[in-house]
Formats: sequence, structure tokens, C-alpha cells
Amino acid sequence: MERNHIGRSRGDVIFDGIILVVLTVIFLLVAYPLYFVIISSFSDPIAVAGGKVVLAPIGFTLDGYKEVFGTNTVMRSFANSLLYTFVGVCINLMVTLPTSYALSRPDFVLRKPVLVFYLITMFIGGGMIPTYLVVRDTGLLNTMWALVIPGALGTFNMIVARTFYTTNIPLELMEAAKLDGCGNTRFFFNIVLPLSGAITAIMVLYYGVGHWNSYFSALIYISDRDKWPLQMELRNILLLNAINAQVNRVLTAEQLREKERLEALAEMMKYSLIIISSIPVLVIYPFVQKHFVKGVMIGSIKG
Amino acid sequence: MDNSIRKTQNISRKKSFLQKMAGNWDLVFFVLPGIIITTIYHYLPIYGIQIAFRNFKIKRGIWGSPWVGLDNFARFFRSANAWPIISNTLILSLYSLAAGFPVAIILALMLNSFRHKRYRRVIQAVTYAPHFISTVVMSGMLILFLSPRLGVINTIIRASGAESINFMGKSDYWRHIYVWSGVWQSMGWSSVIYFAALSGVSPEYHEAAIVDGATKFQRVLNIDLPFLAPTITMLLILNMGSILSIGFEKAYALQNPLNLGVSEIISTYVYKVGITNRDQSFSTAINLFNSVVNAVLLLTVNALSRRISENSLL
Repeated sequence: MERNHIGRSRGDVIFDGIILVVLTVIFLLVAYPLYFVIISSFSDPIAVAGGKVVLAPIGFTLDGYKEVFGTNTVMRSFANSLLYTFVGVCINLMVTLPTSYALSRPDFVLRKPVLVFYLITMFIGGGMIPTYLVVRDTGLLNTMWALVIPGALGTFNMIVARTFYTTNIPLELMEAAKLDGCGNTRFFFNIVLPLSGAITAIMVLYYGVGHWNSYFSALIYISDRDKWPLQMELRNILLLNAINAQVNRVLTAEQLREKERLEALAEMMKYSLIIISSIPVLVIYPFVQKHFVKGVMIGSIKG
Repeated sequence: MDNSIRKTQNISRKKSFLQKMAGNWDLVFFVLPGIIITTIYHYLPIYGIQIAFRNFKIKRGIWGSPWVGLDNFARFFRSANAWPIISNTLILSLYSLAAGFPVAIILALMLNSFRHKRYRRVIQAVTYAPHFISTVVMSGMLILFLSPRLGVINTIIRASGAESINFMGKSDYWRHIYVWSGVWQSMGWSSVIYFAALSGVSPEYHEAAIVDGATKFQRVLNIDLPFLAPTITMLLILNMGSILSIGFEKAYALQNPLNLGVSEIISTYVYKVGITNRDQSFSTAINLFNSVVNAVLLLTVNALSRRISENSLL
């Protein structure tokens, strides 16, 4: 681009060509498996297992999706995850945003100590069991609250939001509001929040994806299957069954055929399940990609 | 804006602590909820680490359980499990770092010097996408694709006349699968930070280099790459600091009895000992050992880097 008027040297043409090829290969390497999952979820499971599904669905069918929607445990956990993600993000915002704003104010006297208080948490933690014991002792075990309260404030996210406020909310604005008799609380809710939609969106997305995708907390804290989030149910179907399928027993020919059919259907259901579980993220991803990236950049300025 | 900050700071420095406090007392309520939750769920557990030095019994509580000194640590290091688990963790972590770290930098450099802007945006959008796939789904996809009888990869292998391979059941493949699927999932997202930093390279450097007859490749090597050095150092230090705390979720998700010899790492072991076997003191001791090693590594790498390159984090 910068040398259009001169023309590129031969070495540069080769260099550009290599980059084009390598990036295209990377693009295909990343995109194809994702695309493959999509077409497989609509295809005849025997064709998928036989390696015939390559570019488009073969033997188009919605059986996999019917199977998923017919499985109560999956649907219930999907609803649970929606609830946990919603409640979790609300709590995250209520705790993180005010903290970030207060810490962005140079005239807040407790700024330094509170900042240090949070920076320490990035390096020292109690570890799995001591944290488990506290969660148990505070009565959160086996409730939704165990998933949403302990991580209410992520230090990294808080620092990202704080950097955003520092650079985007001019102090003059605060001083002017103060002269008009506007207190910090009113200023935050009526002026700061409406002016910082971008960072609120970034936080919703960071925390939201985190809640939606995590299974570790549920694995440790939630023992009732009724309360499982989607990822735990997915784990059961995608990961644990996979191990069972490797156990080989001696079967008659007919049993073997039936077993193969069921297995094929189960495999197909897995593809559909992957798609369904990704829907919430897939739906918002195109809209928010810019914001996600912006968040990383704000974070990196601080570093 | 800079001036006004300086001005307020000067003014506020002249006031006494109490006066300043009085002006912004309500900001305390902004930070209070976070401080309470973090104190309870982050600092209280730090206090609970002492069970690593006790023989903790749930019925007796932390205070009622007897001190045992370093017994739990001694038990761990004497057990046959200790060294395999520590080395598994180290190998997996270093391998992940060695594979993922350069890939992200190279990807960012290539994207930065890519001429087709619109195609570049498409590539970026696609390579970021796997970052948002959950660990369970990622592991599920791997198991599906690699399944010995129904997986696509083995169908291809069989079509070429070879025997199908039980990838997930063989220890030989497990680390490669873990690491390269990780690269696949995170290279795009990890490149964002470098790509963003590269937008700070002044075009004047490139113009001057072009006048001097530098090729594009030379410019990438001698202008772009050195420009990234501080960012690379910072991220390397951060990564070294967490070398032994490689994530629980994916290793646990990809474990099965056949690959446990290479897939059992400290965090999964801590989980099994502490939650499944309910040996809380032993589990906490291993966890504490892990944290201490991490802290030492972080400080060492930081000090080394400060001496060598004058870039440091702390």
C-alpha cells in the first residue's frame, strides 16, 4: 500500500505471497473444524462417521436436534445456565463498576490501599480446599450463589474498567457537577454510566462468557443434578460417555448393529449439542467482537 | 486534562486526610461490597491455608485440628505420585508456552503486514472465535474428531490403509493434542495484544527504512519485532509466574484412565485428593507448594528480565 507508486520489489512480492498463503492456511485450519461441526449436526450420522461429510450436509436431518430438545436434563441445565449467567453478570456489574469508578478518581483517599488490596489477590490465593471450606461455611454449597458471589469482582476486569473511566470521564465534568450540588452517587448513575456504555458492554461480555462457559465451580460446589449448569450436563454427555464407548464387550451381530445405530445417533446428538450450547455466544459474537478486542487493548495499556 | 489532574492532586495534597475524606465519603460505599466479598472469599481462604500444617478434620474445624508441621508436605514428596505429577505439570506448561507464545507473535506480525485489509478482518474474526468455545465443548470436539471408530480423523487414517489410532487412550499423543488444540483455540485471541501494540509503530520508521532499500521482511524483523519487545517480556514474565498453575479445566476434561500417566497434573491431583478423597490437609499442602513455586518463578524471571533487558513487571 505504502509503495504503490514505486511498485513493490520482487522480494516483497514473494513475502506478501507467503503471508497470503500462510494466513489462508491458518484461516482454513480454524474455520473448517467449526464449519464441520455445523454441517455434521445436520447430517446422517452414518455418513459423518464414514467420512463422507466434507463440504455440505449429507442426508439432511434434524434428528440430532430433536434428540437434544427431547432430553430434559439438557433443557433444564440450559435454563439454569441462562439464569446463572444473568444473575451472575448483574452481581458482577453491581460490584465491579462502582469499585472501578471510585478507584479511577484521583481524589479518592482510599484509592491506593484499595488498589493494593486487589493487586494482592492476583498473586496470592487460598487455593481449592480453603476456598471450598469458606463457601461451605457461609452456606452457599449446592446453591446458585456459590457460582456467582465468590467471583463477583475479577481484578483484571476491574482494572480494565478503571482504566476506561480514568481516560474517558473528564475530571472537569465531576467538578462542574459538584458545583451544581450533585453527589458522587448521583453523578455515577446519571452521568458516568450513560457515558460509558462501551465499558459496560465489555464487562457484560467478559463476565457473561465466563459464567456461560465455566464448569469448575459447579463441579466443586453443585451436587444436585437439578441445579447443574449446561456445561456440567455437556461434560456428562460429551466427555464421560466417550470413555464408556471405548469399553468393548462381546456382542451378537444384531446387538452390535443396534449398538452402532445408537452410538451413531449419540455422536450426532453431540454435534447438535455443541451448536445449541454455543448459540448464546454465537448470536452476540458478531455484534460485540469489536468491544471484546477493545477490552484487551484497554487492558494492555495498563500493563 | 493532564493539567487538571495535576491541579487537583496539588490542591488535595494541601488538605488534611479528614478533609479529603469528608469530601468523598460516599465513594467508600462504592468499594465496600467488593471489599467485603473479596475479604470473605479471597482473604479468608488465605488464612485457611494453615490446614496444610494441620491434620484437618471437618468435625473439629480449623482450630480444633492438631498441628502436624510439615508432615503433609513430606508425605507428598515421599509418595510415588509426586515427581511424575510435578514433571507432567512442568512439561505440559512449558510445551504450551513454547508452542503458543511464538505463534501468537508471528500471527500478529503477519496480520500487521498483510495487504488485504478486508480479508484481514475476516481472518481476525474467525481466529478469535475459538476463544469463546468452552473447555467442555473444545474437549468434546477433540474426543469426537479423534474417536477410534466413529471419529473423522480415524476414518481418514483407515481410508489410507493404516490402522485406526486410539488418540485419547495413548499417552504418547495426549500432550500434543492438549497443546496444539490450545494453540488452535487461543492463537487469535493472544495475538490481539501484539496486534494492538503494533499500531503504535510510527510509519516514519518504515518510510526511512524503505528509502534505505530495506525489504518488507527486513522491516518486520528490524522494526516491528523490536517494537514488541516490552510487550513480549511482560507477557513472558506473567506466563512464567503461572507455569505450575496450568488450568484445571481442560486437563481434567481430557483425562481418562488410559492417559493418566501424562495427564495427571498438580491441579487435577489437588482436586481429586481434596474433593474426591476428602484429604483436605494433604490437598492444601500440595496447592501451597504449587503457589510458592509460582511466586518464586515470577520473582526470578522478573529479576532476570530486569537485569537483561530493563523491562520488568514489578
